[in-house]
Amino acid sequence: MVEFALPKNSKITGGKSWPKPAGATETREFRVYRWNPDDGKNPGIDTYYVDTNDCGPMVLDGLIWIKNHIDPTLTFRRSCREGVCGSCAMNIDGQNTLACTKSMHDVGAGGAVKVNPLPHQPVVKDLVPDLTNFYAQYASIEPWLKTTTPTPQKEWKQSHEDREKLDGLYECILCACCSTSCPSYWWNSDRFLGPAALLQATRWVKDSRDEATGERLDNLEDPFRLYRCHTIMNCAKACPKGLNPSEAIAELKLKMVERQI
Amino acid sequence: MALSIVHRATGVALYFGTLLLAWWLIAAASGPGAYANVQAFTGSFIGRLIVFGYTWALLHHLLSGLRHFVWDLGYGYKPSEREGMTWGALIGGISLTVLVWIVAYTVGGGR
Repeated sequence: MVEFALPKNSKITGGKSWPKPAGATETREFRVYRWNPDDGKNPGIDTYYVDTNDCGPMVLDGLIWIKNHIDPTLTFRRSCREGVCGSCAMNIDGQNTLACTKSMHDVGAGGAVKVNPLPHQPVVKDLVPDLTNFYAQYASIEPWLKTTTPTPQKEWKQSHEDREKLDGLYECILCACCSTSCPSYWWNSDRFLGPAALLQATRWVKDSRDEATGERLDNLEDPFRLYRCHTIMNCAKACPKGLNPSEAIAELKLKMVERQI
Repeated sequence: MALSIVHRATGVALYFGTLLLAWWLIAAASGPGAYANVQAFTGSFIGRLIVFGYTWALLHHLLSGLRHFVWDLGYGYKPSEREGMTWGALIGGISLTVLVWIVAYTVGGGR
């Protein structure tokens, strides 16, 4: 249901301010969300100063620098550091995006770089959200090729035109930036699948080789699973890969109508 | 997201505005005394402010609704189109409201 305030044990209180690194001539302030499940305290915002002459340009570089030089307990997910794995999705200066592709010079207008975990998800520790529900929803749309005709001797063929229909869909890296930016998803994530899972559903519905379109649409024909999308468009604004989940969802809604006439 | 909230807020406001409209129609049907009461209220400064707000809520919700209509047909999803239609609904709603009131005052003379 609609929630406008954080629960009591999630309210942000205090936080530590770490000293500026000795000998650094140019620094950038980072304000990072910290929460430790083991100390029984509420979350806090810690302030760090990153030596920008000793550090790469991206927000992720700053976080890694903090972890290496100031505070090894700072916890976050990261892997590829080039926007293909989706691990380092977090809320930077109020926008869900990937820390590895977001330059720290493009945020905060020279002030502090504010880093929080993805909104409205349970936090495991610091910047690590629990995405169990998100992945379960992805699994629920059955993201694999489903066919009834006998498997061909070689590969399943697809024309260039049909392949092009998947452009703007197949590139999704499941970073969860879109789903966790969506107010409908914040408030109904138990029943609404969210933009990421629905974009993936569209990807399989539009695949010319897939033979389970009817079943896939049946699975989505539900007041919550699909129709909690109210075209708010936060998903399209958030996507760090420049995809458009709201457009993909509109295509699903159109397909629902088309198959009835 | 902000304009999605405004769309909903104006939608809620229209419920109350429609009550006002119903009151006016019922009063007009029931007699000159009741009608004069409504006219006195809507003619007052507060009344005019409320009716002005209702005009804006109606026109904004109309334009914003057209924007959703276009999206539901599967068009207007490019970032430039999305922002254009959103700003269009906001600015268009305000301008049309002012225009309606200018016309109303010119024709009706502020009665």
